[in-house]
Amino acid sequence: MSNETTAARKPKSKLVAKPEPSASLLYTGSDWNFDTLGRIFDAVRKIGEGELGLDTYRTQIEVITSEQMLDAYSSVGMPLFYKHWSFGKDFARNQMMYNKGYQGLAYEIVINSDPCICYIMEENSATMQTLVLAHAAMGHNHFFKNNYVFRQWTDASGIAGYLSFAKSYIAKCEERYGIEAVERLVDAAHALQSHGIHRYPGKRSMDLATEERREQERRAHGEALFNDLWRTVPKAKGKVPASKKKMEEDRRKAILKLPEENILYFLEKTAPRLAGWQREILRIIRLIAQYFYPQRQTKMMNEGCATWTHHRIMTRLHETGQISDGAYLEFLHSHTSVVMQPDFNDRRYSGINPYALGFAMMQDIERISLTPTDEDRAWFPDIAGNGNPYGTLKEVWANFRDESIISQYLSPHLIRKMGLFHIVDDHDEEEMLVAAIHDERGYREVRRALARQYDVARRDPDIQVVDVDLAGDRRLELRHNVVDGVTLEEKDADRVLQHLADLWGYEVRLIEANDDTIFAEHKAEPMRPFA
Amino acid sequence: MHIIDRRRDPGGKSLANRQRFIRRARALVRRAVREASAKRSIKDVDKAGDIVVPADGVHEPVLRRGSEGGKREYVLPGNKKYVQGDTIPRPDDEGGGSGAGDGGEGEDEFRFALSDDEFLDLFLEDLELPDLAKRQVLGVEETQPVRAGYRSSGPPATLSVGRTMRNSMLRRTALGRPRPEEIAALEAEIARLDDEGGHDAAVAGLRAELERKQKRMRLVPFIDPIDVRYRRYDQVPKPVARAVMFCLMDVSGSMDEHMKDLAKRFYSLLYLFLKRRYKRVDVVFIRHTHEAKEVDEDTFFHSRESGGTVVSTALEEMARIVHDRFPANQWNIYAAQASDGDNLPMDNNNTINLLRTAILPLCQYYAYLEVGHGRDDGAGEASSLWRAYELVAGSEERLAMRKVSHRRDIYPVFRDLFAREGAKAEA
Repeated sequence: MSNETTAARKPKSKLVAKPEPSASLLYTGSDWNFDTLGRIFDAVRKIGEGELGLDTYRTQIEVITSEQMLDAYSSVGMPLFYKHWSFGKDFARNQMMYNKGYQGLAYEIVINSDPCICYIMEENSATMQTLVLAHAAMGHNHFFKNNYVFRQWTDASGIAGYLSFAKSYIAKCEERYGIEAVERLVDAAHALQSHGIHRYPGKRSMDLATEERREQERRAHGEALFNDLWRTVPKAKGKVPASKKKMEEDRRKAILKLPEENILYFLEKTAPRLAGWQREILRIIRLIAQYFYPQRQTKMMNEGCATWTHHRIMTRLHETGQISDGAYLEFLHSHTSVVMQPDFNDRRYSGINPYALGFAMMQDIERISLTPTDEDRAWFPDIAGNGNPYGTLKEVWANFRDESIISQYLSPHLIRKMGLFHIVDDHDEEEMLVAAIHDERGYREVRRALARQYDVARRDPDIQVVDVDLAGDRRLELRHNVVDGVTLEEKDADRVLQHLADLWGYEVRLIEANDDTIFAEHKAEPMRPFA
Repeated sequence: MHIIDRRRDPGGKSLANRQRFIRRARALVRRAVREASAKRSIKDVDKAGDIVVPADGVHEPVLRRGSEGGKREYVLPGNKKYVQGDTIPRPDDEGGGSGAGDGGEGEDEFRFALSDDEFLDLFLEDLELPDLAKRQVLGVEETQPVRAGYRSSGPPATLSVGRTMRNSMLRRTALGRPRPEEIAALEAEIARLDDEGGHDAAVAGLRAELERKQKRMRLVPFIDPIDVRYRRYDQVPKPVARAVMFCLMDVSGSMDEHMKDLAKRFYSLLYLFLKRRYKRVDVVFIRHTHEAKEVDEDTFFHSRESGGTVVSTALEEMARIVHDRFPANQWNIYAAQASDGDNLPMDNNNTINLLRTAILPLCQYYAYLEVGHGRDDGAGEASSLWRAYELVAGSEERLAMRKVSHRRDIYPVFRDLFAREGAKAEA
């Protein structure tokens, strides 16, 4: 969920090829200083912006130590963040894993902000710094600035200021209301964070002038359509007026704008017993979750874009003699370990590597654009052989997210290359079924299934606030629309519901059902309501 | 583009969050520390280490899809042999369907490392020590600045004028800086010749000489930055004495595990106190039944002996070891005895005699800890050893005795010690 990181083990041995120091080389050996860094960045940007035509935010490079990198890990990569024990827990775990050598650290962290902040580690060799700058300062930076999900949902120039506000606001609340009270509230809000997201852009509120103009247009339209004859048409008979109860229910749902899937938003606006500061904290956590939402939707693409970009830039640097053969080999060593995809039956397999899939897709799009086969022409008539790979890729990076890029551009060629296959694990069956493989009959099916796998809205359970009778017993009703018979993790659900009940202040009920079956029902009474 | 060097920024940004986490999981961590410290040897009680707490206690719940039931779909890479319509047996549960799912929280425990100080803090907290005592145990190590030569940079207050002037003089002499008197003499000579008149050639020579010397004087300054020296201090820990701690314990069959555990905690705490006070602390373990023996720590706590109980044998053994290895004028001697109070009745006299004449005069402090079974049997009646020691304790203030049947009773024994030390400090 955090900002993008290049996670890979550091190559143990550096390739020692000692080329003759040449005037055109950016650096020799593995040492660097701030001048080198500046030169490297200029060279990388020259290719990124000049040749590839990338469009980026200004870049701010910050050199940090491994210790500071660990710190950054535990505040989801952000330079400042409010304090909470759960970050301390992450820190404790990361620290131990790192100290014992179970886990390496990322080479960099890049933040979707304007200016775009890239943290780079002091331990990286000069080649790694070049790679990291090409990857983060060019690739991710371009993606952040141009992808539609980020443009729609995040405000890159405002995030640093907002986080600073959030931090000081929460600290002030702790001072005034006690750490314990605030911490409990943040716990509850964190539990609901995944359901504190608006998935659709809301209506923009209009200014008064526009409002008035629309009102006039509406009236003019009504006048134009007016025909007195309609008054004389007899009313339809036998139309039973809806029962009073039903009408009341509809009315109150309309007032509360139910159903509502953004639970935190609903609580912030509607929970009857919360104090002002509590609502503000819910809002802070909701907005931060919203800020990270695009990153979850575009993880694979974002990495694909950055990996493809660094690969291209490094290759160009090598071709133009700005980095040595040795440095290029060092780069390739690290690049290949990043984009390695173990097979499903490999011990190292732990899901599809977003770097591998992303990089492969970007390369594939480039290939289709330059040297398409007949199959590609049949599948992708719009881009096949258009001879403009950079333009095509930029177009793709701007207008898609993981789920849609897969359903649009995953080619049969790549499906074959990766040997992708689709299996269905139905609990009612004895064995799992191979539903589709990389053959003529299976391409579309595999592609659809993979796209669904990357659909964040499908991965998160669909839970909505459906009803509450504010005038009556105030019980809050939620519904989990069960898909494919997969219900919620029960223990977790009960705990979250307890938090929800405490926030709401009255009984809460969650029903898990689809159109014809009710799978489960959870209930919670407030034990220590917030007030 | 800006490049900012953040490496020198103050570190420890996550410290606050980490402390919050430990506070949050305090009860769990405390239990984990208690278990860990029971397994450790006394000397390692304040070392950092891994701590395992049940993951459940620090779990952060979210609404997520369960890992069982329903119909699931996966797309996996690397197909080699399957064709459409094949069926595959379900892998064992642990993979969560070939590991393709989002991967639930498979782990039941949460493991992380505590630093030395955190561990000790929790260990002491578990003993239910009052804050004051805790500070005394943890007490910031006192150091004393000790002169250790000179250095070329430092705060102005440590400027060593003598050394600086010496360097300055050396340099001036070596570089031939003219002294003010020489110049004054030259000037006087020129003035004299001028007054007399007629020595033009000599005056010109002298003037050139004067100019040369003045130039030299400007070039070679009186004090140059390279002359400056500062006094250098090393911080040396104040307590430099050494101490030995004798752990005496009755290991006859009547001492059960609970009693030994209490005794061990007491020894650990005493060790900590001593370690903070003395630079070097040795520990000697003497166990006894009807005969006493010096043993290593593991044997001390874990092996069982059968036999009667004769306390005086342990005291004799201790006196012998002190005599052989720890001369009382070179060592601070502390002793802590744990027992359930049994002693052979006819040995009591012998014991208190030994204590009075041989042991207490050697010791800074002698603690007797009578351990009970965790359950309170009311006031109960005093054991024979207790009654015997009471006779001594009346006149000897180095002897502290306590009955302990629960962890929290351990501390007051130390309060006796501190009360006395505090009084001494005031005197």
